[in-house]
Order: sequence, then C-alpha cells, then structure tokens
Amino acid sequence: MATIDHVPTPTIEIDRTESIWSKIVHHGASHPLGVVGAFIMLVFIFAAVFADFITTYAPTTTNSAISLLPPGHGHLLGADAMGRDIYSRIVYGARISLAVGLGSTFLGSIFGVALGLTSGYIGGWVDLIIQRLVDVLQAMPLLVLALVMAAALGPALDNTIVAIAIPLIPYTARVIRSNTLALREQPFVEAARAVGMSEFRIAVRHVLPNTVAPLIVIATAQLGAAILTEASLSFLALGVPEPHPSWGRMLSESAAEYMRVAPWLVIFPGLAISLAVFGTNLFGDALRDILDPRLRD
Amino acid sequence: MGTYLIRRFFLMLLTLFGISVLIFTMLRLVPGNIADIVFNAAGMIDVAEKAKLEKELGLDRPIAVQYVQWVSGLAHGDLGYSYVSEKPAIQEILPRIPITAKLAGLALCFSVLFGVPLGVLSAVRQNSTLDYTLRVISLSGLSIPSFWLGLLILMACVAWFGTIPIYTDPPKGFWNALALYSVPAAAVGFRSSALVMRLTRSSMLEVLRQDYIRTARAKGASERNVNYHHALRNALLPVVTVIGIEAAFLMGGLIVTETVFNIPGVARFLVEAIRWRDYPIVQNLVMFIAVVAVSINFLIDLLYAVLDPRIRYAS
Repeated sequence: MATIDHVPTPTIEIDRTESIWSKIVHHGASHPLGVVGAFIMLVFIFAAVFADFITTYAPTTTNSAISLLPPGHGHLLGADAMGRDIYSRIVYGARISLAVGLGSTFLGSIFGVALGLTSGYIGGWVDLIIQRLVDVLQAMPLLVLALVMAAALGPALDNTIVAIAIPLIPYTARVIRSNTLALREQPFVEAARAVGMSEFRIAVRHVLPNTVAPLIVIATAQLGAAILTEASLSFLALGVPEPHPSWGRMLSESAAEYMRVAPWLVIFPGLAISLAVFGTNLFGDALRDILDPRLRD
Repeated sequence: MGTYLIRRFFLMLLTLFGISVLIFTMLRLVPGNIADIVFNAAGMIDVAEKAKLEKELGLDRPIAVQYVQWVSGLAHGDLGYSYVSEKPAIQEILPRIPITAKLAGLALCFSVLFGVPLGVLSAVRQNSTLDYTLRVISLSGLSIPSFWLGLLILMACVAWFGTIPIYTDPPKGFWNALALYSVPAAAVGFRSSALVMRLTRSSMLEVLRQDYIRTARAKGASERNVNYHHALRNALLPVVTVIGIEAAFLMGGLIVTETVFNIPGVARFLVEAIRWRDYPIVQNLVMFIAVVAVSINFLIDLLYAVLDPRIRYAS
C-alpha cells in the first residue's frame, strides 16, 4: 500500500514584517487622527516608563520654601501648596493612570471574555444566569458602581483597579457573547466538531481567536473610560491614596481651594487627564474603523 | 407584545433584586462600620459601649436578617434612619431629588439642543473641514473630565466676573434657579452632547446610504428635503435610545459636578454618605439610582417598539 510521507504544500512567500509595516503605513495614512492618538499615547507611555530619567525632583518631596510657586523658576509647571513639583507629579502620575487604566481594562477583559464566551458558546441556562448577572452589573452607572466598590474595598492602588474593572465586565461580556453566538454557527466550528475536537478546545482554540478584533476595539474604548473613572474616584478621595501622585487627586479639594491664587494647580493635571484620554479615544476610533467597521457609531 | 412586556417587566424586577443583594453585601464588606468611625473619632475604645451602639443600629444581627429587614422596610416606604443625622433616611433623600433632577434635565436639554443639530450638520457635510472640527470637538467632550471642566468654568468666572456661581442658598425664582443650574448642567452636558452628536452623525450617515434615500433623490426631492424629511426622521431612532441611556447614566457625571459646584443634590449626598459609611443612606440611594436607570431602560424599550414598526418582539 502506497503511503504518502510528504505532501508537498504550496509555498507562498509572504514577507510578514513588510506586510505589517505596510499595513500600518497604509492605515495610518487613511486615519491621520488615529496616528495623532497613537503618538499622544506613546508620549504618556514614555513618560510613565522613563519617569525617573525625565524629572529632577521626586514627586513626593515637599519643600515649604516653594509653596504655590508659579510655573518657571526651575519648576517647569510650578509647585503645589506643599511645595511639591507639579511637573514631577504629572510625569509620575502617568504611571498611576496607566497602571490603573491598563490593569482594570485587562482584568475586566479577562472576566468579560470568560463570561461572554461561556455564555455564548454553552447557551441554555448557563447563558440565562450569566446574562442576568451581566444585567445587574450593567444596570448601574459606571462611576456609581465603581464608587461603591472602591468604598467597600478601601482606598489602595490595587483595590482601585478591581473597583474599576468590575463595572467594565458586562460590556465586554455582551460583545464577546454576541460574537460567539455568530461564530458558533460557522462551518469551521462544525468541521472541528466533525473531527472529534472537544467543545472546550473548539471554544478556546477556534472561537476565542476570532473575537480578538472586537475585544481590542472595546478594550481600547474602555482604557479611556478607566483612566477617567480613576481620575474621578481619586478626585473624590476614594481612589488612589496619598502619597501616590494621581492626577485626579491633584485636582481634589486642595486644588480647588487655591484656584484663585494658583490656577496652575488646576490647569496642568486636568490637561494631562484630558490629553491622555483624548489620545486613547482618537486611537480607539481609528482602530475600530480598521478592525471592525460594523461597530462604527 | 403583551407577553414580551410581561417578560421584560419581570426581568426588570429580577435585575433590581440582584442589585439590592449586590449593594447590600458590598457595603457589609467595608472594613469598619459607623461604630468604629464614631469611636475612632472620639479617640477611645470602649468595647461595651461600641457593642451597645452596634446593637442599637442592628449591626450585630446576621447579614441575611439585616437584608430582609431592609427590603421589607423598602416595601413599606421605611428606609431606616441615617446613622449620621439620625433622621429618617427618606427625609434626607427626598428633598435632594428635585435638585439633581433639575440639573439632569437641564443637562439633557443641553445635550439634545447641541448634539442633534451638530451631529446632522457633521453627517451632511461628511469629510469637510467642519465635519473634522466637530468630530474632534465631540471626541474631546468625551475626554475631558466633567469635574475639571467645572473647575475651569469656575476659574473663568472668577477671572471675568470676579464671583463664582456656586450654590450657597436655595435659588429664589425661576430665572435665579436657571442661572444657578445652567453652569453645572453645561459642564455635565458637554459630555452627553458629544455622545449624542457622534451617534446622530453615524446614524445619519447609515440612513443616507439606504436605498429609499436614493429613491427620494431619484424622484427629484431637494437635498434639504432628503436630509431633513427622509433621513433625519429615521436616523433619530437610535439617538432616542442613547439619550435615554444617558438620562440614566448622567448620575456619574453629576456625582463629581455636584461636588465641584457644591450643589446639595442626591449625587453629592451619595459621596458624603459613602465617606461616613452611612449604610442606610448609601444603600437606599444606590437602589434609587438603580430603579431610575432600570425603569428608564424599560421605558426606552417600550418607546422603541412604538416608534419602530420593524421591531417584532418574539417571546
């Protein structure tokens, strides 16, 4: 009996590195605002990573001699009431913002994907129960739920991440579920089942990778929302506690108190929050156009 | 339709039950209760006194019992007593509702007044300079935290008028109230109007691609007639949904804005109650917010069914 030891596979030479770069250039050219957004995000990531090298003062060092010092005079963006350098605090604040933003988006995505995939793929009463859970989480405004969670868990960096991640779960779960429902009926799932693959393996190896595009789209949108929520929580003194230099915290009551005499205490941290979120939104918009035109709003 | 309504209504009740359980358990996880706060503030720890206070407030009973007491109280309109002011919770909450409602109403008006026309304009002039400008503005509306916008507005008022429009006494008369509420409403409404604008634009663009629009053009309808008679009416459907969701979710923006502008509404009260661990106030307020949000969603679903005859609800 003749056996085939080697099936010659048709080889198509694809230079992947070039194609990815040319894709980026191609999409970048047609989405200039997205490029601007990506650039803004890179600046903030750079600041967060290299904070130690691009600042001269420690963000927590107080110096009563320079209390409420206006911008200039060796302190680029001035100093706050306790004489802390605003520029340093904003640069180090990028770390907190990104840590909470990325952390909570990542955490929320993991649980959202797990729930959405289970719900959509298994269906039946499992779907029913998970959907009611999602209803409950989604019924409340994001900040209200995050506020109660943050209060329940206590003010700490990791607690803030969890408090923001939980309200994000239902949105991801919904999107992943509806995608899974559509994918479940695809011929390739049927084919996988026909060759005897286990349901778990089909769900994880074949359905899950196909939900990556919408996942990236929704996660980018959530990153902006998470950064904003952290700022709001910290502004209300229920988020990231002192001595962490959080942008929202910098704007809280103390800054409002000195609003008349030291407007830079209000202007710069707010500008940092707005720019970071704006960059994320611009980038997210372009990404959504490219990855999932159906989700366009 | 009838069965759909009944099913939808029971799902709503189920969601509210879920929320009540969630909130109640979450608040019991808080390390330290009001008794701890009172005793820590006084700087003394008298175990017997503390136990007496906990007993008085019912904090010593099992959580399940406390939950049942709360829910059965809710059914009778008895929300318990505020730990801080020792007044009935309902007396603390009720007077603050109209303040927040007015603010939310004004913010919504703001978002519709600006969001819908600008969104239509942006769509009709797609890819023009105006479209790009409006899109950048709307995206910045979604990026600027409303408390910062509020602080900037306050700073501008100080610089130009020398005073700040902050809530000190309850406003007298309609115009006084309008003047006092419109500034914070604008700070919150900027975000909503940005959202409404983005949605109106995309919804309008979607509709403008439809066959019946081409038909309208083919039969010689004017550009104006096509845009505002044929397209806009159909494009507004999803916008109605978003406005409804915004109405329910404005609370998030109001929490920070009421804090900035010192407005004694329910949203700021929630933050104060959380800081004081005033459980009866927090759990009732969050429940109230949830009821409002869930009912608005329910009403939108109904409205949608009425407005869009294409929707057939299979039960």
